[in-house]
Amino acid sequence: MSETTTHIPAEKARIGAPSIPGFTEEGEDLSPINDNDSSPLAGASTKAHSHGGGVGVPDSSRAGRLTSTNVDDFAKLTGREEDWRFTPLKRLKGLHSDDLTGAAPKIELAGNGIAKLSVVPAGDALNGVAHTPDDRVSANAWKFASETHVVTIPKNAEGANATLRITGESPAAAAQHLIVVAEENSEATVVLDHVGSAVLAQNVEFDVQANARLTVISLQAWEDDAVHASSQQALVAAGASFKHIVVSFGGDLVRVNPSARFTGERAEIELYGLYFADAGQHLEHRLFVDHAVANCKSNVLYKGALQGKDAHTVWVGDVLIQKAAVGTDSYEANRNLVLTDGARADSVPNLEIETGLIDGAGHASTTGRFDDEHLFYLMARGIDEKTARRLVVRGFLNEIVQQIGDEALQERLTDTIEEELAATEN
Amino acid sequence: MSTLEIKDLHVSIDTEQGEKEILKGVTLTIKTGETHAIMGPNGSGKSTLASTIAGHPRYNVTSGSITLDGEDVLEMSVDERAKAGLFLAMQYPVEVPGVTMTNFLRTAKTAIDGEAPKLRTWTKDVKEAMSKLKIDADFAGRNVNEGFSGGEKKRVEILQLELFKPKFAVLDETDSGLDVDALKVVSEGVNRAQDENEMGTLLITHYTRILRYIKPEFVHVFVDGRVAEQGGPELADRLEEEGYDRYLNVKA
Repeated sequence: MSETTTHIPAEKARIGAPSIPGFTEEGEDLSPINDNDSSPLAGASTKAHSHGGGVGVPDSSRAGRLTSTNVDDFAKLTGREEDWRFTPLKRLKGLHSDDLTGAAPKIELAGNGIAKLSVVPAGDALNGVAHTPDDRVSANAWKFASETHVVTIPKNAEGANATLRITGESPAAAAQHLIVVAEENSEATVVLDHVGSAVLAQNVEFDVQANARLTVISLQAWEDDAVHASSQQALVAAGASFKHIVVSFGGDLVRVNPSARFTGERAEIELYGLYFADAGQHLEHRLFVDHAVANCKSNVLYKGALQGKDAHTVWVGDVLIQKAAVGTDSYEANRNLVLTDGARADSVPNLEIETGLIDGAGHASTTGRFDDEHLFYLMARGIDEKTARRLVVRGFLNEIVQQIGDEALQERLTDTIEEELAATEN
Repeated sequence: MSTLEIKDLHVSIDTEQGEKEILKGVTLTIKTGETHAIMGPNGSGKSTLASTIAGHPRYNVTSGSITLDGEDVLEMSVDERAKAGLFLAMQYPVEVPGVTMTNFLRTAKTAIDGEAPKLRTWTKDVKEAMSKLKIDADFAGRNVNEGFSGGEKKRVEILQLELFKPKFAVLDETDSGLDVDALKVVSEGVNRAQDENEMGTLLITHYTRILRYIKPEFVHVFVDGRVAEQGGPELADRLEEEGYDRYLNVKA
């Protein structure tokens, strides 16, 4: 196991006001040097850093990334882009290059009736409330999505519960656009349950308004041949909390990019993820937490298990603490458990910090093996090999499963983990 | 009564320099209720014997036999040996990520007994055993050995010994790294298991100090992969005074 952590303890960051301009108790305040109002992130590329996963030249700041709703603003992909270098483009089935005119997966709403589902046309003003595409596939989905499904959780609603069952029924490349609006002071859990088979580029927006509490579970339970690229962006307003849980099991290639930006203070973002990659499967998660305002808190934890030849997972976690985001408390971690030979886990945490006046910022990444010594220990206590493996994986992933409040869904995930494990044994 | 019989056991390991023989013909018979101490200098093959009995894949048995009441132990997989009543208290217990002590103990107990323990009595048994070994109650919720100190790991090994009730226990340098208080607590646990279950014990140690708390009837001195001398408790006393130099000089 290897682990890297950076942690700036609260007491250190808070010490004293600067007595010399440009300097604080911590030393030189970098902001005057890099100050450039036209670009809040100037100089960031010099500070951007990453490690783990054999990273080459660090890209410029994450916030410097091109965003546009026009697909033609994005260059054609070559696979050498920082953002795409792990993704096998050949297996994207044209999501990045073709017209996405296939039938979008069918959407059905289930739940306790508090959340409302409506459909608005592609040109509706609501589109883009919380989302601007930041890669070519997302922009392509924007172009071709013919309508937008909108889930609205009314102001002050409590205990809203909505499951969108998203069923893929066509192998033709398709686009889809969803918006979830959590109005002020509402409380809701929304499940995006992706099943069936599809070749899908998808944009999902989450407008988390002031003091709303929104939990989202995006479950990728696709059939084996599905291809799914999903850009899920959230704006999180003052006093709100946004909990986003990605669960990826199925599909041939799944790439989910959750990003969440604070727009008001005292808000909280939690991004969790759970993935289990089998032989030949590519599961990629690239997330972004943007601390654009002061006094917010974020926590990121993704855990994955891998088994089988050419099982590949990619995790890239970008956390940006902007200059204005004093009082930020942030932590991100990714943990992988490699169960067999021939699997590969790439894990790249990136933390950019533009102010020293924060409560804490840390990151960690570990990739460990379930090895012969673990197995020997458990077997020496009478536990057979299959059970030993299950015990370890179930325990490892359970930390994320527990984050899911919904018991029925928890049970379904536990069952899925069991099925995945049973597959190793055959 | 059960008998664990080791006959002319030869064991080797694969090293970068090729195969290396560690045990060069070990013969030993233990009956339930007996305590045997295996003592010897570092590198004499004591721990190899322990790991070979448990079935660690690193060790290749090239000749000889291990039987439990006539059953061929070497034919059994690691978990089958545990189910047959063999227990190895490990010198370096590994940390198992993601598995809580509670879950682990129950799973192992179920595997060894072939049926799940009665929930109510089991919980009580675990609590009592933990308290006797002075293991903090919150360890039950922690992952197996994760973040435990060396002494805590050894106590947890003995906790398992008491709960799983094996016929034979091999204690591989359980005393190493323990302070006097911990040594006493751990030794009491072993003695309890022996009294209650008529367990046979193979106590592997470098030092004589644990023999103040666990009294062996038989002492075997290991030197260079063989039993160099056998005797009663008086042999341990002599080792305490003279050390192992006598054997090493003879060899030289």
